[in-house]
Amino acid sequence: MVKQKPVVLSLLAWAVLWELAARYAANDMFPALSAVVQTAFELVGLQSFKNALFITARAFAIGMLLSVLVGIPVGALMGRFKPVDRILNVWVNIFISAPLTAVVPALMPILGIGEATVVATVFLFAVWVIIIDTREGMVGINRSLLEMARSLGASRWQMFTRIMLPSAMPEVMTGIRLSVVRGIKGVIIGQIVVAVVGFGALFESYLHSFEMARFWALVMIVFLLGMVMMGLIGLAERRLTRHARVR
Amino acid sequence: MNTNSSIAAVPAVNDTTSDAIIKARGITMRYPNGVTALEEVSLDIPRGELVTLLGPSGCGKTTLLKIIAGLIEPTAGEIRVNDKTVHGPGPDRAFVFQDFALMPWATVLRNVAFGLELRGVPREKREAVARHYINEVGLSGFEDKYPNELSGGMRQRAGLARALSVDADVLLMDEPFSAIDEQMRRKLQEDLLSLLRVEKKTVIFVTHSIEEAVYLSDEVVLLTRHPGKVVKTVRPGMDRNASPDEIRRDRRYLDAVDDIWSQLKQYLR
Repeated sequence: MVKQKPVVLSLLAWAVLWELAARYAANDMFPALSAVVQTAFELVGLQSFKNALFITARAFAIGMLLSVLVGIPVGALMGRFKPVDRILNVWVNIFISAPLTAVVPALMPILGIGEATVVATVFLFAVWVIIIDTREGMVGINRSLLEMARSLGASRWQMFTRIMLPSAMPEVMTGIRLSVVRGIKGVIIGQIVVAVVGFGALFESYLHSFEMARFWALVMIVFLLGMVMMGLIGLAERRLTRHARVR
Repeated sequence: MNTNSSIAAVPAVNDTTSDAIIKARGITMRYPNGVTALEEVSLDIPRGELVTLLGPSGCGKTTLLKIIAGLIEPTAGEIRVNDKTVHGPGPDRAFVFQDFALMPWATVLRNVAFGLELRGVPREKREAVARHYINEVGLSGFEDKYPNELSGGMRQRAGLARALSVDADVLLMDEPFSAIDEQMRRKLQEDLLSLLRVEKKTVIFVTHSIEEAVYLSDEVVLLTRHPGKVVKTVRPGMDRNASPDEIRRDRRYLDAVDDIWSQLKQYLR
């Protein structure tokens, strides 16, 4: 807890600065922090917010689930089979560094203006880092653990589920944690590009009607949700990899 | 090189080959890069004995052990266990690893029971077996600890318990005590001998320590390198039931150590 002090202080200083600057500027486009916070509390009570939250959470969850379900097997195959690695590595490295935001508008004609595009955006943003980290984990498996399991007569499936996956778990969890950040970006960017669903629609409408307090309140809520997600994932990561970290 | 090839090819000393539990015939291991790790190695391992493979690093002793384990396929030659040809790992052999090979995410109990877990033995049954061997190797009270909470010596005790719990006829031990400090290593050597008086096992033990080999073995097989070949077999012949101190002061112990050293040093340069 002591370590958190500088963080709290820094946030506090930033909040005070915002408040003072906004009051001094007295501009409708730049609401004070106190007004934004107050609006945030109103916002979460609105039916339109609840609908948007539900739609966003669903698209995010589906996209992340797909990313994990595709990312772990693909990463595992790349880590354990050289030919697969040679074929896929270049693509994974292209996509992980590519500015995917530019591709999202191109998804719309294919997947339609709706949830499918948003889910696809989440997937496109999130899956690569899971693949890369899972691959890393699979490459780094202790050889003698594999020999141990083989000498005890493990089947291929047992080898994968009881040695490889647990061995690679620290890297897999790191990949998932990093992909959550990207997935949150993906869901918001997807919705803003599509512009008629979820938080994207809300952002759009607040911006067009100059409801800046609501706009910033929503930004703040999205930031907060992201941080809560990270905290939860971090917790799960620590639980799952408590002992696997030691090699 | 003055390798005595007439000794190399013949499974010397032991005439009672009919009671050999493991027979290695003409084992050759050549890697794709042209390096020959083993050449025409033939060996008989008598049932119920502890045989050590001893030699300088690079002599292929670990490779030979892994071939016997079925973990490596030799370029040529055949391994027979109980008169059945080996095509891979089998329940008749259990391996003890130099680096222990314990799963860091599993408790001692689960690690020791892992062989039975893979065979689908119900939890209660396999844990009862595991507890028995954990007790036998002197690890009682550590069942719920994780490997990183144990010392090197204790980790290898767990590795040994895992190998014992699958009830194999043969234990294949790959430099099991080399990662453990000297005093603890002596203790483990003594404990291994007393354990083997209870558990009737055939053991093939790989080491590069002459003293360890002579102290533990009924028979020491000397290997040389480039390529790995058997040059000599020595049977120290001490009384296995004597106390550890008596064994280490036994004339035959000292003679065997000297004999092996004079053999090996001509290959070291």
